[in-house]
Amino acid sequence: MVSASIKSTEIRFGECNKKLLEEVIFYGISLGADFVELFIENSDNSSVLAEEDFITTVSPSFGKGAGIRIFKDKRDGFVSTNDLSKHGLMRSISQAIEMLDISKKNNNSNFNGLDKLKNYSKSKINWLNEVPTITEVSEKLLLSTKSLKKDKKVVVRKGSYARNWQEVIIASSDGTYATDIRLHQTVGLNIIANDAQYRSNGSRRFGSHGIPNEFRLWDHEKAANEVYETSMNMLYADYVQAGQMPVVLANKFGGVIFHEACGHLLETTQIERGTTPFSDKLNEKIAHESVTAIDEGLSEGSFGSLSIDDEGMEPEKSILIKDGILKKFLSDRAGELRTGHKRTGSGRRQNYSFAAASRMRNTYIAKGEFTKEELINSISDGLYCKSMGGGSVGATGQFNFAVEEGYLIKNGKLTKPVKGATLIGDAKEVMPKISMCGNDLELAPGFCGSVSGSVNVTVGQPHIKVDSITVGGR
Amino acid sequence: MNATEITTQITTAANILNIDKWDYGASFSNDYSVQVDRGTAKQLKASQKQVITLRVWNKENLVGITTTSDLSKTGIKKALKQANIAAEFGNKNEFTDFSPLAKDPIQVKEVDKKNPLGIKKLLKILREAESKLIESHEAIKSIPYNGLSESFYERIYANSDGAFRNYSKSQAAIYLYARAEEKDKKPRSSGSVKLGYGVEDIDIESCIKEAAKKTIAHLNYSSIKTGKYLVCLSPEAFLTLMNAFSSIFNARSIIDGVSLSDKNSIGDLISIPALNIYDDGLNEKNISSAPFDGEGTPTKKLSLINKGKLENFLHSESTAKIFNTIPTGHAGLGSKVSVSPDWLVIEKSNECSDLNMALEHKNYQGNFVYIEELNAIHAGVRASQGSFSLPFEGWLYNNGKKRSIESATVAGDIKYLLKNIINIENEEELTTSGISPHVWINELSITGDE
Repeated sequence: MVSASIKSTEIRFGECNKKLLEEVIFYGISLGADFVELFIENSDNSSVLAEEDFITTVSPSFGKGAGIRIFKDKRDGFVSTNDLSKHGLMRSISQAIEMLDISKKNNNSNFNGLDKLKNYSKSKINWLNEVPTITEVSEKLLLSTKSLKKDKKVVVRKGSYARNWQEVIIASSDGTYATDIRLHQTVGLNIIANDAQYRSNGSRRFGSHGIPNEFRLWDHEKAANEVYETSMNMLYADYVQAGQMPVVLANKFGGVIFHEACGHLLETTQIERGTTPFSDKLNEKIAHESVTAIDEGLSEGSFGSLSIDDEGMEPEKSILIKDGILKKFLSDRAGELRTGHKRTGSGRRQNYSFAAASRMRNTYIAKGEFTKEELINSISDGLYCKSMGGGSVGATGQFNFAVEEGYLIKNGKLTKPVKGATLIGDAKEVMPKISMCGNDLELAPGFCGSVSGSVNVTVGQPHIKVDSITVGGR
Repeated sequence: MNATEITTQITTAANILNIDKWDYGASFSNDYSVQVDRGTAKQLKASQKQVITLRVWNKENLVGITTTSDLSKTGIKKALKQANIAAEFGNKNEFTDFSPLAKDPIQVKEVDKKNPLGIKKLLKILREAESKLIESHEAIKSIPYNGLSESFYERIYANSDGAFRNYSKSQAAIYLYARAEEKDKKPRSSGSVKLGYGVEDIDIESCIKEAAKKTIAHLNYSSIKTGKYLVCLSPEAFLTLMNAFSSIFNARSIIDGVSLSDKNSIGDLISIPALNIYDDGLNEKNISSAPFDGEGTPTKKLSLINKGKLENFLHSESTAKIFNTIPTGHAGLGSKVSVSPDWLVIEKSNECSDLNMALEHKNYQGNFVYIEELNAIHAGVRASQGSFSLPFEGWLYNNGKKRSIESATVAGDIKYLLKNIINIENEEELTTSGISPHVWINELSITGDE
């Protein structure tokens, strides 16, 4: 067991920690690590829940912690701790060194000190003071639940708000030294309508990054109307009949299918695992020529945007699929090391207790040339999925998504609402069947759970037509 | 910092801040985990975590809460202050108090203390397991999802009224999900999970055998025609469904209007009379058992469905007060306290004369669908509506022969399902989420590729 006997000092946010960080990194390199990375986090979060006409939950939380990652050859060891003292960080380094069984100090790397600090937080230091107070949030949430009170059939009304503020310091043995502040706000509305034996739900989530004032500007009346409309439209809906059929998927959150079914398969994490069918398909056609798909961290204010990723790299606009041809994989540091795909600024993690992994940011299918009506008119018997619920993808690429609000298409026209539909398939089969893309691209925020925890993302697409897909029903 | 020191520090800080009433739940853990990829260490992970959730009551008896990982004096003081501010927004419609049972005796299971094996030994064990699984069949090319972990933790509950309880535990887990591929066929994947108090308690050989057996069995697959089928749910699948619809038993969900039950549902016949369901967190086979809940209420066995009738709801302190009963030991800790089941035990009651005992999944010669595992629960279950539409892994049985189903979903309604159980087999099986026999359902909708 390697031990550190150095007098403790502690990481202090908002102050210069360069010397301390350099000592800790040097310690790791001197013990034989090829690469050392420190991710240090200070967080301040709060959430508020309004139910019916009352605030029922106000939950603040705060904390500090560090994630220490060491690479030796292509292996890595990760240790997380709440102890931000020098002694605590060095103990974590020792633990990671021991994990990787590094006994010989014949590392291939030198550490020449950290570069000049890249301070991405300069313009963001007041964000925490500029966000709405709990009183403001509570008042607006209560207005939103009041706006849902439109009908006796509405039996449950909920509004929820969450604010996550995160200050990070990233330092690694390649000289990377950066600080950043992130601010995510999200608000959701949920409704349950009930009439005799009939029951329906409606929900919407909105979110932003880096806009302290965003919640104040949120149009709660418009949101409430959308949610109410969904629940009323679906209240007396029949169950959809199962089968193979063409579908039109709406824009905004309809993009969750591309995110789940295809996007994850374009992360280098999946290449490492051998679970993507696309690993050897670079520059080959994997989708219909009408499909161009993008992942980027740059759209201002979008939920998945970032100034730097959690490995200190600025994000880029990654064109994943161009006119049906696979062009790029999303890669992080470990992905580049193990698969050879260059980093794309996609190394992301929920917090310090997770090692970064290649993850999506704002992911969407680019707009095409058709109107929504042209897509629907092209179908004689099919399904229009206006609002999607959650979904998942299995280890073999099979996906399954719930349709929250669906309508039958008969002879090119929308007809009756149907419930209980799920879309089932796998990316390899479905991507070539996306034959028409609309001209109405829009994004929607969401949370993506994967190997490095839950991260904020946006999904998106214009209306798209899938020529044939399995629709689960009754 | 230990439990006594934290309690002392909170007491001191609360006195300074003039806070008379508080409670807290804390957790300290050391976790170690490894993953491998074809013999190579993939990710090795260790973490030391400490987290405390503090509740305070203000002079108007409203509750505020804060969670933090900063257990320094400054951190605890800040947490108390924040919780006090949050209390100003406390729920005036529903008052929360200490559990009246927070000082009652608790039953702590006696388990031999385990020591950490350490990353190197974990890695060695997992490498060997991965290798054995890959060698078990030529079609198994990789084990993309695998892990071996051990966790050592302490949980504490204490309040300003003098309640104080804690327990320490260890837990270990292995999961192996293999991917099998054959020429001109779609890849198939299946696996197994095993738990133990320590790694040495886990039957790793059976995990390997189970993962191999399940994966290989699914290699020869075919699609299934969409339609209605006689269905046999594996113990795991039936427990998955009952946990997904546990809002039926959940007093918090009833108050919030998101349950299929209401306050007056106790005594209602919600399934066939042959069904009994208990929540039994202290069951000796439950590795994850905890002797008390988030509010310090002792864990206990509770009958939920007795001979088909709804017999009890799961309660926290505040829901119990509303229902004029006592807490049942199923609470979390929050300004609005959540309620959830611990570990379900499902059995055949003695009113089972109407069951079709000829339906035994090992012997039945007729046509039926065997559902081994349900997936995508978070996406496919509408608990407040009672409906589900879920992909599954399973087999189509035809005259005693079985064939893996390529890809399919099963859809239905939980009320219908519970009333249309036509057999509950005799043999009960232990799973990671509870105990259950195989359960047969008269008719469920299956969507396949045909």
